[in-house]
Amino acid sequence: MTGARRVLTATVLVLGLGAACAGPGGDGGGGERDYRFWDPYTQFGDDSEWAALVTDCGRRAGVSLHRSGYDGSDLTTRAILAAQQGNPPDVLVLDNPVVTTLAEGELLLPVEELPVDLGDFEENLLEAGELDGTRYGVPIGANTLALYYNADVLADAGVDPAAIHDWADLDAALAEISAHGYRGITFAAIGNEEGIYQFLPWFWGAGADLEELDSPAAVAALRLWKGWLDAGHAPNSVINNNQTTSWQEFETGTYGFALNGTWQLANARASGIDYGIIPIPSRDGGPAPGAAGGEMVTVPVQEDPRRYQRSRAVVECLVSDDNLLTTDTVLSYVAPVEEVAARQRAEEPELAPWINAVREARGRTANDLGTRYPVISENLWTAVQNALSGAETPADALAFAQEAVTGDFGR
Amino acid sequence: MTTAPSRNGPRRRWPSPRTTAWGFLAPVVVYLVAFYLYPLLRNLDLSLRDYTVRSFVRDDAAFVGLDNYARVVTSAAFAPALWNTLVFTALSLVFQYGIGLALAVFFHQHFRLSVSLRALFLVPWLLPLIVSASTWSWMLNSESGVVNSVLTAFGADPVNWLTSPRYSLLAVLVANVWIGIPFNLVLLYSGLRNIPPQLHEAAALDGAGGWQRFWRITMPLLRPVSAITLLLGLVYTLKVFDIIWIMTQGGPGNSSTTLATWSYELGFGSLLPRFGPAAAVGNLLIIIALFFGVIHILVQRRQEAA
Repeated sequence: MTGARRVLTATVLVLGLGAACAGPGGDGGGGERDYRFWDPYTQFGDDSEWAALVTDCGRRAGVSLHRSGYDGSDLTTRAILAAQQGNPPDVLVLDNPVVTTLAEGELLLPVEELPVDLGDFEENLLEAGELDGTRYGVPIGANTLALYYNADVLADAGVDPAAIHDWADLDAALAEISAHGYRGITFAAIGNEEGIYQFLPWFWGAGADLEELDSPAAVAALRLWKGWLDAGHAPNSVINNNQTTSWQEFETGTYGFALNGTWQLANARASGIDYGIIPIPSRDGGPAPGAAGGEMVTVPVQEDPRRYQRSRAVVECLVSDDNLLTTDTVLSYVAPVEEVAARQRAEEPELAPWINAVREARGRTANDLGTRYPVISENLWTAVQNALSGAETPADALAFAQEAVTGDFGR
Repeated sequence: MTTAPSRNGPRRRWPSPRTTAWGFLAPVVVYLVAFYLYPLLRNLDLSLRDYTVRSFVRDDAAFVGLDNYARVVTSAAFAPALWNTLVFTALSLVFQYGIGLALAVFFHQHFRLSVSLRALFLVPWLLPLIVSASTWSWMLNSESGVVNSVLTAFGADPVNWLTSPRYSLLAVLVANVWIGIPFNLVLLYSGLRNIPPQLHEAAALDGAGGWQRFWRITMPLLRPVSAITLLLGLVYTLKVFDIIWIMTQGGPGNSSTTLATWSYELGFGSLLPRFGPAAAVGNLLIIIALFFGVIHILVQRRQEAA
């Protein structure tokens, strides 16, 4: 009766296949003491200091913490999908502007329900994780942008970086640098959140508001960038540059300035360029407020609330003063707590301008922009792209962006 | 199936041939349902609901009918994306097919090293797309790209291939044509080999020249292969995503956005995923591809009937 046996085999195979399909995200729940930890730090492997810190915090909390690193926007999508499958990680480190979006989706546990004491954290860093007065994330480290300069290029062009206080000073410096056969400045205007992160210091530095993209101040900021491209002070490639490619341009040694963040400090030292750092000037003088970058530790909502107790221990361990110092040194971030930042300043005086800049920085999703921020940001970067590439004038591009924000899903 | 005589007569025979047949069919059916039907239906369902992050997680998104489609079609981005898709697909097909056919005919007349040369032409096909696309974007870089270096060396002005709304679609088109040529070359070359050489000999004896033989013999006999080459090329080109995304991200602005990149952008490109409209755009793409597939089948049937 080979026929019957064949049917049996086929049936078993089919059932097996069905079973294989039925378990979405197979590695699910795991044991009671198996906790999952997701972060966006794909640059750190299992043998990194960061991974060791995570494992150690897990051990102290009495769990075995399984860490996975996912690339930025991939992490957001995965977190949403995992929540939908009822299988979220126990601790999730997120880029700060995403926190309110996930909080709005009721994916995250309010910090006060854990609870973790946020008393020591800088107010301007906390506000990015705040929705309707409730906080959903604990800052783990902050960064922001400043202007790196190439001292040799500036000396050759006779530009004194310390004398740059407003846009007019910077424009004059760039013209001088260009006149000496160098490129004035490189930045990243790529059509995604990275480009907006780079644009915001100029946008806010002109006095513009994210609620009003077509204000004269906003137009002035976009005109400033566009003017640099038109005059050849900045290369046309900035339109597609991300912050890494922009940095690579600066590393060629032919650029006067580069708009970039703390995380390039190690590369700056390694590049052999005699570099220095100045704050980004605002239109009328003084340092411009940048956007607060950096990640927050969050705890996704679980089916079993008993898990929170140990998640809380993990979070508290990660953001305890000593560990914050380790983490922020590893990530090249500024600590979100005054006392730890002071220790950083003492240990590494080079960080001083960054610590000041972070204190001035603003949360992108603050003022209850919440889930409206992604829509605003997307339309703003489209406007920046259209204006810089010459498809539309800065004023038209921003007017269209504002219309799209108030209208539907944009563009 | 069972050949052994059964004591209890044919009625008790188990499994019946029918059951056995279904048993054998089951793996394929399960496979098709799990990996084709379910994702398609799920995508259809996504496109008919108003998803926010919250409703996606709770799976209680409101049914909104064709609202997402209406929003997509009336969006200011729709017309440019559709136009870019059509231009990108049509020009890709024309050049891939034209160049592929010319090369196939060229390699069909055997000469020394023709095999190794033909193998070299397959390289673009063997490279991972991310490698070819990144290489193209470096070559076309405004500042440091080799293409602009050559242009300046010959006294021409450098062109902002990837950062100007006038050239970005052209840039991704050139890269896509380059990647598509080997596919056309291989299929058309094997089609050429199936044309009996006697026909060419007979035509040559009758005094037909090279061009005449090409248009009167090669092209008509190549038609079935051409049709399937173009159809596969069409379906592939409609959904081209990686090359465009790596080279320009559909930008600057939306000057090189096609329906495929737009769908991705809506779903995963910003901080706030919009699954509904993204699925709607994806379904529109499927409908366009289906439309041409049906046309292909109809034309083929008519040809076979004739």
